[in-house]
Amino acid sequence: MGSISLKNVSKVFGEAAVIPSLDLEIEKGEFVVFVGPSGCGKSTLLRLIAGLEDVSGGRIDINGVDATSLPPAKRGLAMVFQSYALYPHMSVRSNIAFPLKMAGVDRAEIDRKVADAARVLNLTDYLDRKPRQLSGGQRQRVAIGRAIVRQPSAFLFDEPLSNLDAALRVNMRLEISELHQQLKTTMIYVTHDQVEAMTMADKIVVLNKGRVEQVGSPLELYRSPANLFVAGFIGSPRMNLIGGETAKTQGAATIGIRPEHIGLSTTEGAWKGTVTVSEHLGSDTFLHVDVPGVGHVNVRTGGEMPLKHGDTVFLTPEASRIHRFNDQGLAQ
Amino acid sequence: MATLHTRSHARLMMAPSVLLLFGWMIVPLVMTVYFSFLRYNLLMPGMEEFAGITNYRFFLSDPAFFTALANTLILTGGVLLITVIGGILLALLLDQPMFGQGFVRILVIAPFFVMPTVSALVWKNMFMNPVNGLLASLAKFLGLAPIDWLAEVPLLSVIIIVAWQWLPFSTLILLTALQSLDEEQKEAAEMDGAGFFSRFVYIVLPHMARAITVVILIQTIFLLSVFAEILVTTNGGPGIQTTNITYLVYAQALLQFDIGGASAGGIVAVVLANIVAFFLMRMIGKNLEA
Repeated sequence: MGSISLKNVSKVFGEAAVIPSLDLEIEKGEFVVFVGPSGCGKSTLLRLIAGLEDVSGGRIDINGVDATSLPPAKRGLAMVFQSYALYPHMSVRSNIAFPLKMAGVDRAEIDRKVADAARVLNLTDYLDRKPRQLSGGQRQRVAIGRAIVRQPSAFLFDEPLSNLDAALRVNMRLEISELHQQLKTTMIYVTHDQVEAMTMADKIVVLNKGRVEQVGSPLELYRSPANLFVAGFIGSPRMNLIGGETAKTQGAATIGIRPEHIGLSTTEGAWKGTVTVSEHLGSDTFLHVDVPGVGHVNVRTGGEMPLKHGDTVFLTPEASRIHRFNDQGLAQ
Repeated sequence: MATLHTRSHARLMMAPSVLLLFGWMIVPLVMTVYFSFLRYNLLMPGMEEFAGITNYRFFLSDPAFFTALANTLILTGGVLLITVIGGILLALLLDQPMFGQGFVRILVIAPFFVMPTVSALVWKNMFMNPVNGLLASLAKFLGLAPIDWLAEVPLLSVIIIVAWQWLPFSTLILLTALQSLDEEQKEAAEMDGAGFFSRFVYIVLPHMARAITVVILIQTIFLLSVFAEILVTTNGGPGIQTTNITYLVYAQALLQFDIGGASAGGIVAVVLANIVAFFLMRMIGKNLEA
């Protein structure tokens, strides 16, 4: 249960082809993250899978059965919305029970399942409250609770953490990952935050302008980005992309080197530059270095590095970690 | 308004408008109460004298009073029923995306801009007239005997006319409530397996509860005092079949020239309106709490 396959799926709004044509296989039990900049069609893709939008062409199979024209409720999927979409006039208990009530499950069974879900999500004490009396994280958990009681074959998350503050986001990220370990259900998660993608995913699908740029595990994407877009999108801080003469000496149109793969020295190295900004995070130091002839280079270096604006430094990229891209922006 | 100082200043600044509004309310009320205790007939000017509660005794023991009370409640209740249910249905319909939506919405709102006397006359002469009316033509077209609406079912006719006027108001308020419903909530309900009817009952209707309450409260205020429609169509008749409290007070004052009796009737109407308001707030007021 829980495999989803898209074949030639496309979506057109009026004149605009949001998703030109797209193939994708999602195996059962996988945690798949759709990531991309805003407007790349990732949410639309999720809504196509959910059945909230009709496809303009192509075919969607869920569990090996053609679901292209099935209504959302018949697809056996559950969705957690960005705004949580809790029913404001219902208590937490009724919110979680709603899908079961709609499915005509009997009362005792509903009570049991709601209690189970509430226990898993630490909501037992809040069952009689209304959504407006809950904090952001609790609302989020209610939305997840409403999804898990149905025991769907896959969960769909539409940027569920974007309304939470930073600390809570890290917590909820962990909770969702743990939930996935517990339930072993397929999960599809949409986000524009590559950190969420890297930390949670079994498989990341990088989308750009409705096209799949690359599919792979987080480390595959990190180690060998297929093109400039993926190279620039995955990894934080961003990969340094350097063109011009420097790239030509390496036999490429553009070379990429991640900030963490650049050696730093105050005495000798390949590139000599001046520190423009140094960001001290405690555990790391991010240096923005201006290198004449190469350009602006970000360097990530160990903790308490006593460098400041105006200092001269020498940078040496690790030769084996240099990514080379041709003039089409594809990896060589 | 945090400190004692700013608060007392605020009171001082508000005082003139509060006093004006208070005077605006209290002068007519006190005069009406005063008149209601007088023997005061316009046909006998200069003969006013204190009459105690005689006016109230006459008004309340008038057999027309209970008919008028019942008519008032039936009229108010009937119009509320039609406008709320019809308003919800029309709002659901107008919320659907369709060609010329803006134009259709203006058409729906139009009756609200027609003044009560005019719309009542249009209904009386163009629709409900048993000889020339459109409804009569329709009945004849179907092979039925035309109904003389205002003579045979006078109260129902008045209810229809008044409901036609108030339907746009409720439709408008309920439509805006409907449009403020979060799209994701509807989608969530769809994902949860709720069909159209379940979505309406469990999601849409609770969301509109507050708007429905507002519609009921505002309309009740105006419907308890419907007058123009009755005056230009039935004159309270046949007999007293369409006389409501407002019309009864009018008849007392300006047909029988009994100012004292009419004032007593007015005070009774005020008390009745407050009783209705009390029960209404008890029943549906909780919807207004945030």
